[in-house]
Amino acid sequence: MCKTIAEKIISKHSGKEVSAGETAITKIDFAFGQDGTSGLIIDTFNKIGAKRVSHPKNCALVIDHSAPSPIAAISQIHEKMRSFAKEQGISIYDIGCGVCHQVLPEGGHFGAGDLVIGADSHTCTYGALNLCACGMGSSDIACAFISGKTWFKVPESMKIILKGKLHQGVYAKDIILFIIKDLTAEGANYLSVEFSGETINHLSIDGRFTICNLSVEMGAKFGIMPFDGKTEKWLKGRVKKKLHPVLADKDAKYIDIREYDVSKLEPQIAKPHTVDNVSPISEVENIPIQEAFLGTCTNGRLEDLEIAGKILSGKKIHPEVKFIVAPASREVLLHALKKGIIEVFLRAGAVVVNPGCGPCVGTHQGIPTDGWNVISTANRNFKGRMGNPKANIYLASPATVAASAISGKITDPRRYLKS
Amino acid sequence: MIIKGKVKRIYKPDGSDNDINTDYIISGRYKFKIEDPKELGKHIFEDLNPNFVEKISPGDILVAGKNFGCGSSREQAPLAIKSAGIMAIIAQSFARIFYRNAFNLALPLIECETKNIQEDDFLEIDLEKGIVKNLTKRGNHLNKEIKIKPLPKMMLELLKTGGLVEYFKKYKGFNF
Repeated sequence: MCKTIAEKIISKHSGKEVSAGETAITKIDFAFGQDGTSGLIIDTFNKIGAKRVSHPKNCALVIDHSAPSPIAAISQIHEKMRSFAKEQGISIYDIGCGVCHQVLPEGGHFGAGDLVIGADSHTCTYGALNLCACGMGSSDIACAFISGKTWFKVPESMKIILKGKLHQGVYAKDIILFIIKDLTAEGANYLSVEFSGETINHLSIDGRFTICNLSVEMGAKFGIMPFDGKTEKWLKGRVKKKLHPVLADKDAKYIDIREYDVSKLEPQIAKPHTVDNVSPISEVENIPIQEAFLGTCTNGRLEDLEIAGKILSGKKIHPEVKFIVAPASREVLLHALKKGIIEVFLRAGAVVVNPGCGPCVGTHQGIPTDGWNVISTANRNFKGRMGNPKANIYLASPATVAASAISGKITDPRRYLKS
Repeated sequence: MIIKGKVKRIYKPDGSDNDINTDYIISGRYKFKIEDPKELGKHIFEDLNPNFVEKISPGDILVAGKNFGCGSSREQAPLAIKSAGIMAIIAQSFARIFYRNAFNLALPLIECETKNIQEDDFLEIDLEKGIVKNLTKRGNHLNKEIKIKPLPKMMLELLKTGGLVEYFKKYKGFNF
């Protein structure tokens, strides 16, 4: 036996036993594109001369990156996606539905044991549900639409064991930023990363999504969480088909095993302009900020909004700060409305925009001006990422972003949680 | 398969040539706006060096350090590089999604040591033999050979057929 989760899932989907290093053609359970990549998917589909998507129920297109459209050229791409989806009978999540990495799991399109590919690098997010998911380019997704299949080089695996309980004010985001600092931006390149350990039992599915989402920022192909009662509960009522939870064999081979004790961890910040340029908050506190952003496929979920809402409740954001909130999906927004969190944000002076990617990818809804420092819950702080190469982006947890929005400078959220 | 061309190196503002990400290759603000690959090609590396495109001549070879192409899954990144006239990229390592995307577009990526390759060096790459030869007369660099990491079979096949579109047309699916 001695198989990792990746080896098991790829073997099962290719109909033969394969191990790390081997190549396999696999069937896939789900494939999708978003509005930054679907134009090319459709062009490639047409160039190949394909007429029909082979398994329309296993495909979707999501309009989330620039939604609603800020310019005519993007409106054309959106309309091209709508026409293609209609013609092929595949699901389309139109403007306002939310970020692909929230609406697709919410939509119950896949569950434990599945193999999912998407034309978006953060597709690895879904590993939180105990499955293999990874991002690919538009051509690969077009071929998956046509054939229902793709090919894989079976990755080697790395195991990350998380021990200890997080202190108040420290979250899943802080754990994964710390790991990325330790492993670097290419430390898990081409690897399937299996997370395990007692800390995960205490993490919600939202927190697990955050960790798997950022796995690609250290180069990982997959980031996979174990299956437990929380996973089962989350998937129940969403996924109609039978679940196939996967455990690695006890003697599975790992090229590296790392252990992290999170009990002494303090909030972490990724400084400009790389995600592995991470410092504990004590080293960067008091840097002035002009924009704060809460949202994205990393940290725009209900738990993230709740944490930020708790800190902002009854408070006002700093007069010099522009604070933007983009809930990850309509479902998240509706829950947050019901719980009164959106009112907290609005009364604090935040701008709540529609569900979607918000200003993360730099096309609309809050492009910073020259020289601004932005504190954001997103996953990338590359120069120019938010649409202006003359701005600086700091990445942090929702709590740190909320605390910093109040004080107008990078602030340890524990200062607000104590009182 | 033999590729010959002049070297263009790319660096970040801090002087490092590692982790050149897809946002640097082609900014998100262009990939959403521009569907024409030729137009996209006019904006590569703009946030790192606004004049970079002016330095490129068709057939040039791009050279960088570790983890080239990390970041987003945008296929527009290798597409824009190819459309700008770059014939191949040499780096110490590549990020996973970018690697696959480039071969899908029949843009060869070569993994090898790059620290002795300089701007405007003239190189000859032999993909089958797995060797990069420096044809520049500079010190003892003339005809110096650098061994390259062998290309996976599927990637060679994609290069030979002209990319994934042509491959898929030829085989009507994946074939190995």
